[in-house]
Amino acid sequence: MRVEHGDPDARTIEWYVDKLMASVIFLAGISAIIFIVGIFGFIAKEGFAFVLDTMDVGQFFTSVQWRPTSETPQYGALALLVGTASVTGLAVATAVPFSLGAAIYIAEFSRGSHREGLKVLIELLAAIPSVVWGFIGLSVLNPLIIEWFDVPIGLGVLNAGVILGLMAAPIMTTIAEDALRAFPDSHREAAEAMGATRWQIIWHVVLPGAKKGLTAAVLLGVGRGFGETMAVLMASGHAVQIPGDVFDSVRALTATIAAELGETAAGSEHYQALFTLGIVLFVITFAINLTADLIVRGVRKGD
Amino acid sequence: MPVTGPSHGPTTLAAMHKFIVLALAVWPLACSRNPSERNVIQNKGSDTLVNVAQAWAEAYAKIEPNVAIAVTGGGSGTGISAMINGTVDIANASRKMKDKEIAAAKKNGIDPIEHIVGHDALAVFVHPDNPLSEATIENLKQIYVEGGTVEKWSQLGITVPGCPSDEIVRVSRQNNSGTYAYFRKAVLAKQDYKLGSQDMHGSKDVVDLVEKTPCAIGYSGLAYATDEVKMPCIKVDDAAACVAPAQATASDGSYPIARPLMMYTAGEPKGSVKAYLDWILSTQGQCIIQNKGYAPIRDVTCA
Repeated sequence: MRVEHGDPDARTIEWYVDKLMASVIFLAGISAIIFIVGIFGFIAKEGFAFVLDTMDVGQFFTSVQWRPTSETPQYGALALLVGTASVTGLAVATAVPFSLGAAIYIAEFSRGSHREGLKVLIELLAAIPSVVWGFIGLSVLNPLIIEWFDVPIGLGVLNAGVILGLMAAPIMTTIAEDALRAFPDSHREAAEAMGATRWQIIWHVVLPGAKKGLTAAVLLGVGRGFGETMAVLMASGHAVQIPGDVFDSVRALTATIAAELGETAAGSEHYQALFTLGIVLFVITFAINLTADLIVRGVRKGD
Repeated sequence: MPVTGPSHGPTTLAAMHKFIVLALAVWPLACSRNPSERNVIQNKGSDTLVNVAQAWAEAYAKIEPNVAIAVTGGGSGTGISAMINGTVDIANASRKMKDKEIAAAKKNGIDPIEHIVGHDALAVFVHPDNPLSEATIENLKQIYVEGGTVEKWSQLGITVPGCPSDEIVRVSRQNNSGTYAYFRKAVLAKQDYKLGSQDMHGSKDVVDLVEKTPCAIGYSGLAYATDEVKMPCIKVDDAAACVAPAQATASDGSYPIARPLMMYTAGEPKGSVKAYLDWILSTQGQCIIQNKGYAPIRDVTCA
């Protein structure tokens, strides 16, 4: 068999393979968009019937009465929203000092193999499965909190917040370190030439300069916290109430969906209400991640 | 001069043909098991019953190798809706079917038949250091019900060592478990639970948490009891005799919070499903449920 070299339009097997591969790669390229639209469409399809028919928007956002299986079901998600927000808030408060400190040390002080080793270790920390974190919260932190603070139960905002903070720290550190490294050396050298100390350079030059990247790092950590399920389910105590202090048990949006969806009849009101929680969660994390992304893009443009 | 450009084309093509032919030849061999020889019974539902159902299925496989029983959990509601939709042969349930569910089944042309396969005593658990030795239904109700007055252990006339806050930590189940629904019916007189309880996702988790928490009280199937928790006896009211949770007291109906465990079939069972249910009710089947910590439907003498 002779293959004509000169004719690019020859419909040989290679031509078909080429066309096929081109469309496969195109599909792979747009698949992320297809998936996200598909996921949103699916959640919306399951949840919107509830939003339109049954949901009392006022009750949903202002009532703490989450009683979906009661004789007269009530769907007040305020306690769940507050639960998620309080745990995430404490997690960020725990994670920010550690991650910023670690990022500053890695980017500004450590050198060579020492730095590489630290970076690998921190990425290793991100690889611990969330159920293992939850297990640590349940069986290690719970008795410790009871013993140290003399409280009746150690599962609550404090436990879940600390666990979530440890989980969010690696991603925050990695992104914050990237932001610090992206800051031009010429500025550091200029400050040094003017007689600034190491600390003054970091505090007055590098941190303000890398502000946007650092904000993005914190926001991505927040997004991680909002979406985390398993560890929060295990460490938060899973109780529907507005916490009075950090020792009170709370319940998160994600944990509620995880705990209740499995035993809910598909298509029922309760099922749709859980999907509505999913819509709320999706909108919040989408907004957080989008904000972080826009901030990071601003940094890239040198803005 | 022979053209040597894309000359591997024909060879790859031939190899591909060979592969396809080979695959087509092997395919029917791979799935040649005759389906009619092996009867599959789909069995799904209550998490309370899932361990027993699994044990039954395993034991039955030795007696009747031609019948395979596929057991899945997911909760009573899940099993019942699967039976209504005709996707399972037997639904396991730790509660009776609701009127709504029976109506839905009738609409699909299915007449659900109930088979009681055992009894489950709902034990109340406290920490081993807790001096509580007996409780009335009213006590439990006031602890768990919305608006209930008992919040401190001292209100029951006891001081719990290791619980300086005196606060009763209520451990409950997620709101669509059969255990949660039964406790509400039998103890709370169908009223709502007080919010803010630790809603555990599984009977074992309830026991685990009570073991570690001196202030806690919880409820779960008797089968989940361990040596590390204490089970007070239960009285219907102050005048009645106090009955300890046990297999015998559950079988004879004297223990006030015991429930029947059921299997539902779509219509009168026939063929292999009937044979399986008959075997479950036989001495052999009932000994298995007794070994798993539940009460059999009648007195059985087991090896």
